[in-house]
Amino acid sequence: MLRRAIEQIVRREGPRVLAGLIRALGDFDLAEEALQGACTRALEVWPARGMPEKPGAWLATVARRRGVDELRRRRPDVALDGALEEVLASPEPDPSTVLPERDALGDERLRLLFVCCHPALAPAARTALALRTLCGLTTQEISRAYLEPEPTTAQRLVRAKRKIAEAGIPFEVPAPEQLPDRLAGVLEVVYLVFNEGFGATDGEAWIRPGLCAEAIRLGRLVVELLPGTAEAEGLLALMLLHDARRAARTSDDGTPVPLEEQDRRLWQREGIDEGLTVLDRAIARGAPGPYQLQAAIAALHAKSPGPERTDWRQISALYGALLRYLPGPIVELNAAAALAMAEGPERGLAWMERLSASGALDGYHLLPAAQADLLRRLGRVTEAAAAYRRALAWVRHPAERAFLERRLAALAEG
Amino acid sequence: MEYIVLIYGDEKAWNRMPKAQIEQVYGAYRKYTEDLQKAGVMRGGSELKPTTTATTVRVRNGKRQVTDGPFSETKEQLGGYYLIDVPNLEAALDWAAKVPSAQDGSIEVRPLAPMS
Repeated sequence: MLRRAIEQIVRREGPRVLAGLIRALGDFDLAEEALQGACTRALEVWPARGMPEKPGAWLATVARRRGVDELRRRRPDVALDGALEEVLASPEPDPSTVLPERDALGDERLRLLFVCCHPALAPAARTALALRTLCGLTTQEISRAYLEPEPTTAQRLVRAKRKIAEAGIPFEVPAPEQLPDRLAGVLEVVYLVFNEGFGATDGEAWIRPGLCAEAIRLGRLVVELLPGTAEAEGLLALMLLHDARRAARTSDDGTPVPLEEQDRRLWQREGIDEGLTVLDRAIARGAPGPYQLQAAIAALHAKSPGPERTDWRQISALYGALLRYLPGPIVELNAAAALAMAEGPERGLAWMERLSASGALDGYHLLPAAQADLLRRLGRVTEAAAAYRRALAWVRHPAERAFLERRLAALAEG
Repeated sequence: MEYIVLIYGDEKAWNRMPKAQIEQVYGAYRKYTEDLQKAGVMRGGSELKPTTTATTVRVRNGKRQVTDGPFSETKEQLGGYYLIDVPNLEAALDWAAKVPSAQDGSIEVRPLAPMS
C-alpha cells in the first residue's frame, strides 16, 4: 500500500524535477539516470524513515548529488563549477528535513519545453522528446503510441539529445522578438501529439486516447507556464472540446461516425464545459488566432443540440476568418462544407469543384467524400456514386474505407 | 562555442547579377562583417571563388584521384563562410539569419568539434 503510494508520488514528481536537473547537469541522459537512481532510493528510504514533506525537493536534491557524483567519476580532471561542488559536499538529506522547493520549478520546465520544441530538432524528435521529458512517458510507451518499433523511438531520442548537447541548443526562454514564433512551434508540437491520437491515418486503432490525454496535459502545462497567452488557451480549449466528443466518434465496430450522425448524449459535458470556459477566457484577452478560431468552431458544434440546429452561418464566417490565418486547401474544404450547410449544397459543391479542379487535394479522399455527400443530398445519385468511388480509391484507413463502402451501398439501395 | 556559418547560394544567379546589384550585396557583407567584429564574435571567414575553380581530391587504395569541380553537384553552392564564437545555437542562428544571402540562399550552421 505504502509502496504503491510512493510509486505514484515518484511518478508524479519525477517529471517535474527533471527539467531543473537537466539544466544543472547539462546532460539529458545523466539527469534521467540520476533521477531514476533517486526514485529507487526513495523507495528504499521513505518506507522506513517516513515521507519527506516535499517529496519533489527531496528527489531533486538526491538526484543532483548522484548526478554530480557521476560527473566527477567520469571526468575527475575537470573542475566542477561552484554550485555543483556544493551539492556534492552536502550529505544526503534525511526525509524529515524540510527542503526548500527549488525556486521557479515552472521556469525550468518552461525552458525545457522550448528546448524540446526547438525548430532545430526534427519534428518527430520534438514530439517524442516532449512526451519523454515533460510527460514522463517511457520510450516503450512512446513507441507504442506512435506504432513504431521501440529501437526507432530510442534512436530518435538519442539523436535529439545529442543534437541539443552538441549543437548547443540553449536552455532558455526565447527572446521577446522570437517568442511569438517559438510559441507557435510549441503549440504545434502539442497539437501534433493530439492529432496523432485523435485521427490516426494508419494502423488499426482509429483513436489513440492515451496520446490525446498526454497532449491535453501538455496543453495545460503550457497554459500554466505562460499565463495569459490567448492562443495557448485556445489550443487547450480546442483539444478539450474535440476530446469530449471522442466516445461518439466511432461506432462499436470501430468505424468513424460523422459529426451529424453522432449520438450527442455520448459527448462529455465536463470536457465541453471546461473547454468553453477556457475559450471564453482566451477570447476575452483580445488577441485572436487560429487555435481560438478552431476552438470557437468546435464550441458551436458542442453547444448545438443537433446538426440541424447548429449555427452554420457563424461557423461558415469563422472558417472565412480562419482561412486568413491558415490559407490552404484542407481548411478551404472545411469552409466549403460549412458554406454548404449555411447556404445550401450547391454553393458548397461549386467551391469543392474549384478545389478539385485545382488539383491541390489530389489523393486526399475527404474531398470526393464531401462532394459525394452533397451530391447525395441533391439527389444526384449517379454523380454521388462516382465521387464515393473516387474517395474509395484514395482512402487508406480501413475504418474509413468501411464507412465509405457503406455509404456507397446505401446509395444503391436508396 | 564556435560555429561555422556556411553560405549557400545559386552561383548562376550570382553570375547573371548586374554589377550595381553585386556592389550592393558586397556592401551588405562589409557591414555584416563589421557588425560581427564589433560584437567581438568574429573568428574568421571569407568569400570563396566559384565552384568552377574547385578541385576535388580522393585517395583510394593509396592512389590519388583528382577531379574537376566540387565534390557534389547541388542546386545551391557553397560560396563563403564565417567562423563565429557565440554562447549557443540560438545566438549562432541569430547571426546566421543576418547574413545577407539568407534572403535568397541558405545558411547552414554547424558547431565545430573541439580537437581532442
